Amino acid sequence: MENSNTSTKTTAPSVMTQRRSFLRAVGAAAVTGGILTACSTADVQVSPNGARAGSAGDVITLPGGDLGILNYAFILEQIEARFYELVLANPYEGMTALEMQLFQDLRNHEVTHRAFYRTALMSAGIPDLTLDFSSIYFRQRTDVLEAARMFAEIGTAAYNGGGKYLTDPENLTVAGKIVSVEARHVSIIREMEYMNQTAFSGDNIVIDGLFIKKEPSEVLPMAQKYIRETIDARNLPTTVA
Amino acid sequence: MNLQSIFAELEQVDNEFFGRLEHVSRRGLFSSLTKKTVAVAAPSILASALTSAYGQSSALPDNVVDVLNFALTLEYLEYRFYDTGTNLTMIPSQYKPAFELIRRHEQIHVNLLKTVLGAKGIPEPKFDYTAKGNFPDTFSNFQTFAAVSQAFEDTGVRAYKGQAPNLMNAKPILETALQIHATEATHAARIRFLRGQKGWITLASPSGLPPAAAGVYMGEDNVSQKGINLQGILSGVVPVEGVTEAFDEPLTKDQVMTIVKPFLA
Repeated sequence: MENSNTSTKTTAPSVMTQRRSFLRAVGAAAVTGGILTACSTADVQVSPNGARAGSAGDVITLPGGDLGILNYAFILEQIEARFYELVLANPYEGMTALEMQLFQDLRNHEVTHRAFYRTALMSAGIPDLTLDFSSIYFRQRTDVLEAARMFAEIGTAAYNGGGKYLTDPENLTVAGKIVSVEARHVSIIREMEYMNQTAFSGDNIVIDGLFIKKEPSEVLPMAQKYIRETIDARNLPTTVA
Repeated sequence: MNLQSIFAELEQVDNEFFGRLEHVSRRGLFSSLTKKTVAVAAPSILASALTSAYGQSSALPDNVVDVLNFALTLEYLEYRFYDTGTNLTMIPSQYKPAFELIRRHEQIHVNLLKTVLGAKGIPEPKFDYTAKGNFPDTFSNFQTFAAVSQAFEDTGVRAYKGQAPNLMNAKPILETALQIHATEATHAARIRFLRGQKGWITLASPSGLPPAAAGVYMGEDNVSQKGINLQGILSGVVPVEGVTEAFDEPLTKDQVMTIVKPFLA
């Protein structure tokens, strides 16, 4: 069963305050960079699939190679899956039947992706993260659609940029099976926001005919905002094999 | 569009990239381009950079040439289709922006692939958009036009996906192919949506396409990934429809050519 060790508060000043002081404690480098690439903090030993209440000081160190990239994808899928679970648990006022169906579909896809990585990675997988969506106001349609759009866009760009680091063709194929579904999400979410225009494949995500791509070093600082633990990405590949 | 960053990324991806850029003066290339010309010219510059890196296409590995010509065939098919269609009045005005944008993207893809392939690129074939009479009113009935569009886009997504492992020995090209692949997926979802379909593919449902297009969704009902039966794991959590929607499945080159063949004149 899916665990729900996550803050569901939509506005929580105290959480923000705690978070801010945590960031201050970790240091300016972490605040600006968002991820620690050379952190001396001893790695926290965590039981692989165990649900646990993560605390702010925990550092999760991603492995290198294909396993690192797959865990990186697992992080993004955990964020997306949990986000849609919360959207459905806290539906905004006036959510239409079409929108409800959309969010149920998105939730189904992301929960499936998360389950795939959790099962495929097993003991090599990171634990379930402690996620923090306190910056998103779930009762506001525009906030929810904007967040959904952003997560889907970052996810697509991340897979586009991460694929080249995979050395096992089977891993590349599975990543390819997921990224096009993320790109479909981008298209439909944008269509819900800006109907009958060109936003579905707009020129801020598809530049000169190519959907943007992002490196892990660009994506993880964005993802870190929603994660209580600190993700240490120092082992992720940065050059292709 | 930042050309400098493209080169920086290519260099990061492929350490020998600049070493292979023998005929291109890096500084000269950058200084001659204003920001505006970069935005307009970037795809062709990227393409020629990729080409130069691999030595005017003659050094492209044979398997990569095959994949790119296969992709070029599909892009020709799409581009000529939209180029004809968007000049016709049958497209309802609210959908014109979408089809016009897609036409432009396909045109860029054609030009990019042609430039990378250079002399090894195949010429544009002649197409029959009735698919040997299966779709007699493609360019006079918007419903047919949109259905054919959906078939092309969903096939395109599956085709690029199937070829990704064949580009692993040419990483900069792999990355560009993945970016095209995701672009085609945004098109596919949009076209499906305007046809009253979900943006994603449920089971192996024909998604409102006639039997002549059955091959487009063959195998999309797969529920196992890397040997993991997700339908079993997610029983009671995600319905099987959702499990199949969550993954787009690849098609082999042969499967794609079976779908495409009726459209070749």
